[in-house]
Amino acid sequence: MSTTVVTASGVEHRDAPPASVYGPWAWVRNNLFGTWWSTAITLALGWLLVTALFDFVSWGLLNAVWSVPSGPTGPDTALCRAAHGMGACWAVLPEKYRFILFGRFPYAEQWRPAICVGLFILLFAISAMRRFWRKELILVWVVILTAIGVLMWGGVLGMTYVPQDVWGGLPITLILATFGLAFAFPLSILVALGRRSTKLPAVRVLCVLYVELIRGVPLISLLFMASVMFPLFLPEGFNIDKLLRAQVAIILFAGAYLAEVVRGGLQALPRGQYEAADALGLNYFQKTTQIILPQALRLVIPPLVSTFIGFFKDTSLVLIIGIFDLLTAGKIAVSEPAWQGFATEVYLTLAAIYFCFCYAMSRYSRGLEAEFNRTRRA
Amino acid sequence: MSGSSGTPVRAQERVQGRAMPKRKIRLHWSDPTLRSIFWQVLIVGAVVGIVWYLVDNTNRNLAARRIATGFDFLGRVAGIPIGESLLPYDPAKDTYGKALIIGVLNTLRVAVIGIIISTLLGTLIGIGRLSRNWLLAKITAVYVEVMRDIPLLLHLLFWYSLLQGLPGPRNALRIGDGVFVSNRGIELPALVWETAHSWALFTFLLGCVVSYGLARRAAKQQADTGVRPQTWPLTLVLLLVAPIAVWFAQGAPFVIEWPVLRGFNFQGGNKISPEYGALLIGLVIYTSGFIAEIVRSGIQSVPRGQWEAAGALGLHHGTVLRRIILPQALRVIIPPMTSQYLNLTKNSSLAVAIGYQDVVSIANTVLNQTGQAIEGIAYIMAVYLTISLSISLFMNWYNARVALVER
Repeated sequence: MSTTVVTASGVEHRDAPPASVYGPWAWVRNNLFGTWWSTAITLALGWLLVTALFDFVSWGLLNAVWSVPSGPTGPDTALCRAAHGMGACWAVLPEKYRFILFGRFPYAEQWRPAICVGLFILLFAISAMRRFWRKELILVWVVILTAIGVLMWGGVLGMTYVPQDVWGGLPITLILATFGLAFAFPLSILVALGRRSTKLPAVRVLCVLYVELIRGVPLISLLFMASVMFPLFLPEGFNIDKLLRAQVAIILFAGAYLAEVVRGGLQALPRGQYEAADALGLNYFQKTTQIILPQALRLVIPPLVSTFIGFFKDTSLVLIIGIFDLLTAGKIAVSEPAWQGFATEVYLTLAAIYFCFCYAMSRYSRGLEAEFNRTRRA
Repeated sequence: MSGSSGTPVRAQERVQGRAMPKRKIRLHWSDPTLRSIFWQVLIVGAVVGIVWYLVDNTNRNLAARRIATGFDFLGRVAGIPIGESLLPYDPAKDTYGKALIIGVLNTLRVAVIGIIISTLLGTLIGIGRLSRNWLLAKITAVYVEVMRDIPLLLHLLFWYSLLQGLPGPRNALRIGDGVFVSNRGIELPALVWETAHSWALFTFLLGCVVSYGLARRAAKQQADTGVRPQTWPLTLVLLLVAPIAVWFAQGAPFVIEWPVLRGFNFQGGNKISPEYGALLIGLVIYTSGFIAEIVRSGIQSVPRGQWEAAGALGLHHGTVLRRIILPQALRVIIPPMTSQYLNLTKNSSLAVAIGYQDVVSIANTVLNQTGQAIEGIAYIMAVYLTISLSISLFMNWYNARVALVER
């Protein structure tokens, strides 16, 4: 125990704690070399980490090729081929980044999808701030999503029309995720309410069937269904776009998963809330929109965000039915003969992009959870 | 009502004996029963109407394209080359039905192995995150954070491109004497299987069953008398000595087949194809990140007081973990673990992107060849629904076994 001595100047003076429990050396001894077992782990992991870091730096920085000269038939990758295996070929990125990000969108018009990506990020940022959680937010969503539609299609305000089948890259990933979310979320609330309903048994059975069927099969089978079976469902001569079909499959898929999360929130709400609302004489609609949902949804925000993250990653599955999202664009970029064999570099870049989006969402969810816990305890 | 006079006792009897008022459905919007019937008829009617409309369209489209529905195509010769299969398969003779069964077996092969490895790896990483060693805790935390935030499909493409970037068979990396790693896969030495091995395996499995029974009886005897009979010598004989004796009795055959480079590829031995390898690596790395988080939060959900109380009783560290902490943590761990197992199984369908022939990949080829789109997709969905239901039934049973028994 340290003793506290008040000196003449009035400043508290404490004895320094012994060096064995305080200070950097004590920290290292306690946290890295506490027992012989801990020491062994530290040494083994440290050695692995240092060698891996050394290899990565020499591959990714020291021996890397940053740019290649352009030859008669496009870029000349002989330099990269010479360094293959020893150094990374980052030259693929400056050559291909526009294609990876925006796909086959007309080159001169690629400022439009770039603005769309910016708008999407703005939309996410606004929606994330609790200050803006009010009814007007729905209006903001409608306005921004309309603006994105106008920018992508064009055809008005002097912008040339760009058909949907040449859209590609990051905007497609964001469109699939955001529109999917915008439609799946209301659907999931309806399904969750239907599944909880006691007065409408037939509706409950329908909702249970929908949720369990969708959750029991992989997303791929739904995407295949969208790409090969949807055309059979529709009347002859009436065909909808492949992107829209995939979007419908993603909405149906996400709706089932989100419905389970929302149902968790509905179940976690104490019965007293339902009974109090009934006692006030509110009808079902008033009770649900003004008492139940605001509280139930607030309870499940953290699991909702983690479902969104999963669902953002799952949009990459559209690669399998040949829709041009970010991952497909990356895969096609490295299938060109000039760049074959340099997939690692491109995939690492794509991983970094996906990681940024997902990590931001998960950090946000964790912060929100901590904030809620604080207010609940207070 | 008549006879309102009476003692309190009689009044109580009347209240208890009173029948529920007979309710009649009023033909008015304020009647809840009528309202609920109205809504149900409306919603169910709308759903049935939409489904009927879609089915009608489909029938008309199928008729227009002259596609015959039905599962007759299962009996036709497939002609699909299948790279790896657990059953003997010949594309020139075997049928679509058999090809589809091979697809299911391939899916199960990757799902079962994937579940086992990612449970082991995920548990280790989850425990590592709770380690008092700072370096270990940080490295495992970064692993979990990074691996969970990258799409599984990107994992698969990345590992597949890495495995394909390995040197060819002639310059294969060599580990030890009989293991070769090349862009054609990993070659391993194989044991030549003979009947003696089957008999030894059978004896071993029989020994497992008998030792389990012995352990159960010993535990019961311990509960009754407080003394546990010694069982390990008999268990050792059953599990180790007996199978070896059976193997020796049949002449102790032991022949190992080594992979040998012939021409452009290896012959003999066992082989792990790059497709299977990439799928397994991707699934395990991705899923183990999620499992690690589940294990960590499960262990953290057990209050510290449990450790301290068990320590105060004088139990060993291992006994505390096995008998006190794990049973309580498992209750928290099992439900989310079940959904991870289901996810892994469903995620194995991404195999189609890197050319591993699982059920989705083979069914997709079949439906492209035959044009039987509806049957193909119905088959895929039925297979996954069956697998999902079996896993969740098993895990629900296990969960009920470890659940807290309350009064």
